[in-house]
Amino acid sequence: MATKQVLDIDYTKYNFRDSTEDYEYKFPQGLSREVVEQISKIKKEPDWMRQFRLRSYDHFMKRPLPMWGGDLTKLNFAEMLYYASSTEKKSRSWDDVPSYIKDTFDKLGIPEAERKFLGGVGAQYESEVVYHSLREDLAKKGIIFTDTDTALREYPEIIKKHFGTVIPPEDNKFAALNSAVWSGGSFIYVPKGVSVDVPLQAYFRINTQNMGQFERTLIIADENSRVHYIEGCTAPIYSTDSLHSAVVEIIAKPGAHVRYTTIQNWSNDVYNLVTKRAYAYANATVEWVDGNLGSKLTMKYPSIYLLGPGAKGEILSVAFAGKGQHQDAGGKVVHLAPYTTSRITSKSVSKDGGRTTYRGLLHVAKGAKGVKSTVRCDALLLDEYSRTDTYPYNEINEDDATTTHEATVGKIGEDQLFYLMSRGLNEQEALSMIVMGFMEPFTKELPMEYAIELNRLIQMEMAGSVG
Amino acid sequence: MPTTLEIKDLHVSIESKQILKGVNLKVTQGEIHAVMGPNGSGKSTLANTLMGHPKYKVDSGDILVDGESIVGLSPDVRAKKGLFLAFQYPLEISGVPLAQFLRSAYRAVKGETSKGDTKGVGGEMISALAFKNKLEEKLKEVEMDPSFTKRYLNEGFSGGEKKRAEILQMAILQPAIAIMDETDSGLDIDAVRKVAEVISKMAGPQMGVLIITHYQRILQYIRPQFVHIMVDGRIFQSGGPELAEMLEQKGYEWIEREATPTAA
Repeated sequence: MATKQVLDIDYTKYNFRDSTEDYEYKFPQGLSREVVEQISKIKKEPDWMRQFRLRSYDHFMKRPLPMWGGDLTKLNFAEMLYYASSTEKKSRSWDDVPSYIKDTFDKLGIPEAERKFLGGVGAQYESEVVYHSLREDLAKKGIIFTDTDTALREYPEIIKKHFGTVIPPEDNKFAALNSAVWSGGSFIYVPKGVSVDVPLQAYFRINTQNMGQFERTLIIADENSRVHYIEGCTAPIYSTDSLHSAVVEIIAKPGAHVRYTTIQNWSNDVYNLVTKRAYAYANATVEWVDGNLGSKLTMKYPSIYLLGPGAKGEILSVAFAGKGQHQDAGGKVVHLAPYTTSRITSKSVSKDGGRTTYRGLLHVAKGAKGVKSTVRCDALLLDEYSRTDTYPYNEINEDDATTTHEATVGKIGEDQLFYLMSRGLNEQEALSMIVMGFMEPFTKELPMEYAIELNRLIQMEMAGSVG
Repeated sequence: MPTTLEIKDLHVSIESKQILKGVNLKVTQGEIHAVMGPNGSGKSTLANTLMGHPKYKVDSGDILVDGESIVGLSPDVRAKKGLFLAFQYPLEISGVPLAQFLRSAYRAVKGETSKGDTKGVGGEMISALAFKNKLEEKLKEVEMDPSFTKRYLNEGFSGGEKKRAEILQMAILQPAIAIMDETDSGLDIDAVRKVAEVISKMAGPQMGVLIITHYQRILQYIRPQFVHIMVDGRIFQSGGPELAEMLEQKGYEWIEREATPTAA
């Protein structure tokens, strides 16, 4: 009989934040059952998560590509890398970052340390001190804010209870993919009655790769709590990964208030296919503030399921499509309880042949009496090469539902332009002003620094000096 | 040296239709001119062409500011040369607060020298705070409630409010020569008087005014030195303020008959 030896291993020689450094498995390109198994193994996950991943993988493999949205036919799943350790990511050099990205950093006045981080160079944003003190403040109130990998290790019961309950792997092909290979993302839990005063931002999580390919975020706001989470930033994110497929699940318990703000500005060769959904219970409010500026193709329809009386959902979406871009975005609201209200506001701008699509669903279930809903989608075409489409779907199964739908498509009028230019603004300044005015309902919901950066980015887009 | 605006034998068409058939006019900073005429005489075309609206085509003739042709120049450049057009139908620009717009226009026209500061008249630097004070001062001058500056540019403004917002812009930008395109149209008697009184105060050595109007009544409050009558794309007759009074008595039909060339 072999004796069990207790090995006294000095763990300090390994940086536990990069617990994969000592691992020897080399991830090949392409997806296979083995790759999924290795991901789970590297992360030292409990068996149920491993099973969850494998079941998701199986579904991903057999589920066909959706054909109703943007063009996904050029996606080459076999050539992608589905997991990269942070050491591999560290080795990218500043020289590899495209000059248009560097120029944007200059123009936006982004400090040195942030540039390297956003450029994918340097694994960690040098704000460790800020991060730790923030974590301590939050911990005092019982708020958990960490990355999802860490949450799985430190709070397995909460994760097991809620993970995948809002978006099951079988929901769509890309939810299945994310569920199989997810890594990173945020986990937030806010206890009953607690209000988080400061918007929580992805930046603050520094102990994993940020803005990873397959981020998985889970936010649980307990009864009567309040939290605002901000994901992304306006500076273009340079990524060698061609596909980003995140999943975000939000659970807003009765009386809770959750706002989730995203500004996505992935570089123009990235496919950004995201599934975001929230459950709002009685008297809870969920707000998605969703800005889509970058990527080659974005398909994203933040959704809210209103599950208890008095629940409120709001989706505010902005999309900007320049040359070679297709933003296919919108939102879905599903009223499953009476006396629930919702509002969807979508603003899209297309220029230089870019294409924006609004896709929205409003569903009022039988029994959901007294529902009020407003949908407004406005599109602005800046030239005759650009394109916009609107696909609203309304499924109303109760007679007393009050729903309004307004849609406008406009060009910038010659007279409007003349008016602004007659006050000394040149054509580019005048166009920027009109576009920023058009997006104002969105911009005014952003924290000021983001609004300022977004306005500067729009001005640069209008000058044609970006990308 | 006062700024001059000279229109020489100007022929303008829109979509191949001839509207202006040889307009001659000279306005100098400090003078008040009125151009009156029946509907269809080309008054608005003149106003818009002076400011450079792209849909109007100058077929021949010239427009000169301080002796230099501006025909090829875009509207923003013309604004920087000291011209201003108060629109007959001011455009609504959604989502742009009036205050922000005024600040951008002021910076554009007066020129921004360093970040955040703007050059005032006479080349002095003006800070953001000083602009705010200037704006408050002008709001009082044009009798406009400060709450308007938070509203989106012209959105939801009544006709009178839009016209007053035009005058506010004029007050902020302090042009050398202001062209007023039927500022009195759509306004009731009292509103016309109020608006006219404000313009009258601003007109003077610093600002020349070219008022384009159909009716004589605004001219009771802004007394022009020169009155021009426009018929069928040309200036038919020029004179002093008494010309406006004669027009009021005799009407446009009489003028049109006089203007029609008789068979040789």
